[in-house]
Amino acid sequence: MKIVVALKQTVDLVEELELNDDGTDVEREYLTFKLNEWDEQALEEALLIKDASGADVTVVALAETDVDQSLYGALAKGADRAVKLTGDFEAGVSSHARAAALADFLRSEQFDLVLIGVQTPEDLDGQAGVILAGRLGLPHASVAVAVEPDGDGVKVSQEMGAGVTHELHISGPAVVGVQAARQAPRYVPISRIRAAMQAGGIEEQPAAGADAKAGVTVRRMFAPESSSHAEMLSGDADAVAARIIEIIRERGALRS
Amino acid sequence: MSEDVFVLVEHHAGAVSDATHELLGMAQGLAAQTGGTVVGCLLGSEARGLADGLAADTVLYVDAPQLEAFVPEAYAAALAALVAERDPRALLIANTTVGMDVAGAVSARTGRPLIAYCSAIGVEDGALVATSQVYGGKLNAEVETDGPAVVSVVGGSAPAATGGSPSVEDVPGPDLSGIHTSFRARVEAESSDVDITAQDILVSVGRGIGGEDNIELAQELADALGATVSGSRPVTDAGWLPKSRQVGKSGRKVKPKLYLACGISGAPEHLEGMGDAELIIAINTDEKAPIFDAAHYGSTIDLFDLLPALTDQVKAVSA
Ligand SMILES: Cc1cc2nc3c(=O)[nH]c(=O)nc-3n(C[C@H](O)[C@H](O)[C@H](O)COP(=O)(O)OP(=O)(O)OC[C@H]3O[C@@H](n4cnc5c(N)ncnc54)[C@H](O)[C@@H]3O)c2cc1C
Ligand SMILES: Nc1ncnc2c1ncn2[C@@H]1O[C@H](COP(=O)(O)O)[C@@H](O)[C@H]1O
Repeated sequence: MKIVVALKQTVDLVEELELNDDGTDVEREYLTFKLNEWDEQALEEALLIKDASGADVTVVALAETDVDQSLYGALAKGADRAVKLTGDFEAGVSSHARAAALADFLRSEQFDLVLIGVQTPEDLDGQAGVILAGRLGLPHASVAVAVEPDGDGVKVSQEMGAGVTHELHISGPAVVGVQAARQAPRYVPISRIRAAMQAGGIEEQPAAGADAKAGVTVRRMFAPESSSHAEMLSGDADAVAARIIEIIRERGALRS
Repeated sequence: MSEDVFVLVEHHAGAVSDATHELLGMAQGLAAQTGGTVVGCLLGSEARGLADGLAADTVLYVDAPQLEAFVPEAYAAALAALVAERDPRALLIANTTVGMDVAGAVSARTGRPLIAYCSAIGVEDGALVATSQVYGGKLNAEVETDGPAVVSVVGGSAPAATGGSPSVEDVPGPDLSGIHTSFRARVEAESSDVDITAQDILVSVGRGIGGEDNIELAQELADALGATVSGSRPVTDAGWLPKSRQVGKSGRKVKPKLYLACGISGAPEHLEGMGDAELIIAINTDEKAPIFDAAHYGSTIDLFDLLPALTDQVKAVSA
């Protein structure tokens, strides 16, 4: 089975997000970027399939900030091939543009399955995986929590919420948006990533189609003006603990 | 282009979803601004009766055996065909699994832009203007688009509308005989574990707890309080807590007397599951974490300091 896993670098949400000068996006210049956590799940699911029944795993990503690290990380974990689609993506890439670039790449590839994270924190114009499927005219399933080879295609467990999952069978090539792999993503020691870096081997080709328009214009971004904000408790751990106990006592939520 | 506002009627196991009624509520507000009508799109197999009572002016009903359960490929094809033929101003889809699966595909198939994670929408100077949640709920984006659009809407964005008597139009769907996806089974998790929806107090942990070994810190506090430990998605995905303890969009919706959120950022998918708790106290070292907008009280003290202090004091007062 030939599997292509699409990876994307995303903003690390742990950091403080500042707005750019015109207030239409985060100020990307000073942010840290890391592999989208759901893409990491998609990669893990591909590697689990490879471990169980053999598969050829290609990872592909646009040349976004620090992407080499993620591509080498994937190689170190067991991906067979890494491809970087080059271009200027400093300003951020919409999901429609990303899907167009991935579609262009995939048109000249042989593949049975595309795995991609179910979403990224930047999907203002939607999730790239399903847009990609729409562009390629391929069947799709999102919010997958298990993907396994099954006869002429794959069996997908699709999480519907509140403990319900649907089991689908898709024959032939498909695009699957992964919510969670069957196991937590494997750990790879930094020494193995360094070794992969030294070995090199990221293929490069220019991204085509990435000028596709999302069709929506951002007027402004702003921190949610919530109607309420928590009353912040001050003091050290003991003082805050004491206040919390007072509060829950007043509410009658404490035993005794 | 018509000025009508289309709504995908989501249904599972013979029942229309709650999210659909919220979409219809939002659609009524939007249609009043576009000057169009509210049109439900009902896809199913012998499911025409589900149109009864929907708060729409019209329901377009597409019947096919492949539409009996949710099959993403069949839904995307049928919906894209409806949109291409009727050319509505907007198609609203709930940002559920169904929405996350078909909204993008319909956008790509029909060449219409998609506004995702929408929480509010209206018309200004002829353009659709929407507010969307981005960056894990840390920011909102105000976006606009001139022409027609597909819109996926987050839960809780509009009051539910019910009690209509729409006229139902049967619409022939596209040929779905060649689709590659088949529905095999609906699986309900059986659980022998505690039911977190039935607990008065939840000590809930997020990725900030750092690892499986630290769950004990929360468990000790829970024991002292007579509470149960629940968690966010990354915690259950990592196997630190059983799946049955997950709070949120794809986990359980809880409404305890006290929800103590420890090391949880408050992503929209999490808030969906606990936003209605009677008392929410959040512990998070990031003062800008969105959880503080949902919480009644908050502290930025490190949970590794606060949890043991709290456990000691609870033990002291209840001794
Ligand atoms: C389709 C779909 C469905 C989803 N369903 C759910 C769902 O049901 N439930 C759910 O929870 N999520 C769900 N998610 C995931 C959701 O988007 C978030 O990724 C998730 O809620 C984040 O979990 P978290 O807050 O534990 O982790 P993070 O967002 O990583 O937050 C960890 C927080 O801990 C804080 N922290 C770190 N160290 C400490 C410390 N020592 N002391 C105090 N605070 C600390 C940090 O400041 C940070 O705010 C879903 C996502 C998708 C795409
Ligand atoms: N910005 C866009 N938004 C939605 N769909 C698009 C967009 N750009 C192109 N498409 C559609 O994507 C499909 C494939 O386009 P292409 O790969 O460019 O031939 C066509 O149906 C286009 O209409």
